[in-house]
Amino acid sequence: MTQKILAAHAGLESVEAGQLIEADLDMVLANDITGPVAIHEVAKLNKKTVFDKDKVALVPDHFAPNKDIKSAEHCKCVREYAKEHGITNYFEVGQMGIEHALLPEKGLVVAGDTCIGADSHTCTYGALGAFSTGVGSTDMGAGMITGKAWFKVPSAIRFILTGKLGKWVSGKDVILHIIGMIGVDGALYRSMEFAGDGVANLTMDDRFTIANMAIEAGAKNGIFPVDEKTIEYIKERSTKPYHVFCADEDAVYDETYTIDLSSLKPTVAFPHLPENTKTVEEAGDIKIDQVVIGSCTNGRISDIRAAAKVLEGRKVADGVRAIVIPATQAIYLQAMEEGLLKTFIEAGCIVSTPTCGPCLGGHMGILAAGERAVSTTNRNFVGRMGHTESEVYLASPAVAAASAVTGKISEPSELGL
Amino acid sequence: MQSEHNMKACGIVHKYGDNVDTDVIIPARYLNSSDPKELAKKCMEDIDADFVNRVKLGDIMVANKNFGCGSSREHAPIAIKASGISCVIAETFARIFYRNAINIGLPIIECPEAAKQISAGDQVEIDFDSGMIYDRTTGKEFKGQAFPEFMQQIIRAEGLINYINQKQEN
Repeated sequence: MTQKILAAHAGLESVEAGQLIEADLDMVLANDITGPVAIHEVAKLNKKTVFDKDKVALVPDHFAPNKDIKSAEHCKCVREYAKEHGITNYFEVGQMGIEHALLPEKGLVVAGDTCIGADSHTCTYGALGAFSTGVGSTDMGAGMITGKAWFKVPSAIRFILTGKLGKWVSGKDVILHIIGMIGVDGALYRSMEFAGDGVANLTMDDRFTIANMAIEAGAKNGIFPVDEKTIEYIKERSTKPYHVFCADEDAVYDETYTIDLSSLKPTVAFPHLPENTKTVEEAGDIKIDQVVIGSCTNGRISDIRAAAKVLEGRKVADGVRAIVIPATQAIYLQAMEEGLLKTFIEAGCIVSTPTCGPCLGGHMGILAAGERAVSTTNRNFVGRMGHTESEVYLASPAVAAASAVTGKISEPSELGL
Repeated sequence: MQSEHNMKACGIVHKYGDNVDTDVIIPARYLNSSDPKELAKKCMEDIDADFVNRVKLGDIMVANKNFGCGSSREHAPIAIKASGISCVIAETFARIFYRNAINIGLPIIECPEAAKQISAGDQVEIDFDSGMIYDRTTGKEFKGQAFPEFMQQIIRAEGLINYINQKQEN
């Protein structure tokens, strides 16, 4: 499926794994961390103008709202560039959200697109049946000016999903299970293609979460087939034409795994790699200091709803700090209208404006030495969320919320849910 | 020392294990700067705090599999290059780090045998034209994987930006 999208964007009939191609880009993205480096680099190019002001997105979301003076200068750099070049899709604080929740929500990426972003979680848009991958700032800058990027065509690993997820089991548990199975370099340089009749049972939010963490297995991209749910999601949000590509019946895969969704259990990744997975049942007695519910992985409305359902009528345990971060303004507003923010505040959580902040140890919830967090984010590397002697346990919003209530790694069933 | 004319590197080895991620190469708390010199001062801080004191211009970094995994921050190869490292040898590289290193002109070589057999502190010489890696301490030789012609063109142009400029001029 990935190969077909790349062939179409390279003006070729077909491509094969290992082939070097130059592809036309439908969307090029950067944020306040990677944008300034890209802007500095493209200043050295002879051509200065962007290839298409509608096909560039600049989103200050990482250290925004500005966390310190240096971050403020970076955000200013991106803001001024966007203004100078008339970038249509610049999202200021007040409109912005976490980029990988925001772009699909705004209908800026659709099925069949080819997209690069100077952020590793750009692979999220594979949920829409697009080819989308993370690159560095120089690649992004070059793409922003030329509208093209070079790719080595990846081979693919297929994951056939069957059945239906059980109660309190979500897309996060699916992708953590897969990374635990194949390892953090299990899909290195390759495409992760999802297939099977179980896909129809996954919500779009689940698919975004799964595609989002393809990079955590080393993959170039993760991609889902396009079905009725995808089309409905796109039509509600975008007027852009979309193109449906399907994997050939006889497509070649390096490996094929079959996963029965009904067999999966709430899963947690122990420090300091996303592959260190255990089911919550196996986790043992792990006391925690902080819970973070949000991020490009798990800050969408169904994530916020799942957490609220667990926390409704309950209290955050003494000594635990629970931080809830809806990923975009629209999600924030919807959570407010549904009364979810009230649930969180009454439970003793704080609710923050959209930001990547704590996920990468930036701001809004940094850990001290010896502290432990259960987080719905995507990485638990040494020092990721703060001190090098702190620990991050990756889990779903439901598990994070249940853990906030008990003060240790827990699943909702332990609360009688 | 690395010379741009004969494309050689020679230096002392700093050795690391599997899955060295970009958060330990340059922690996100320092990403409020994009100045290579500032980033270099914090390079590898979270797994090897003494690296910045030990590293000398021209030294070589050797690691096992999946080097540079994690975020897309170009600050990671920028910090390594600005710290004085002339080449990174690894069993495998994470794909975004691989692209970024080439794009900013930090030489990298995939060579599982060299990654396994070279030890910290060894004196190593690399000939980029032939892809040969010589461990002068142990006398062992390794053949690294050659870059495809397309990537060699980017490396010869000293990065993607110059490559694009040259292509447009032609």
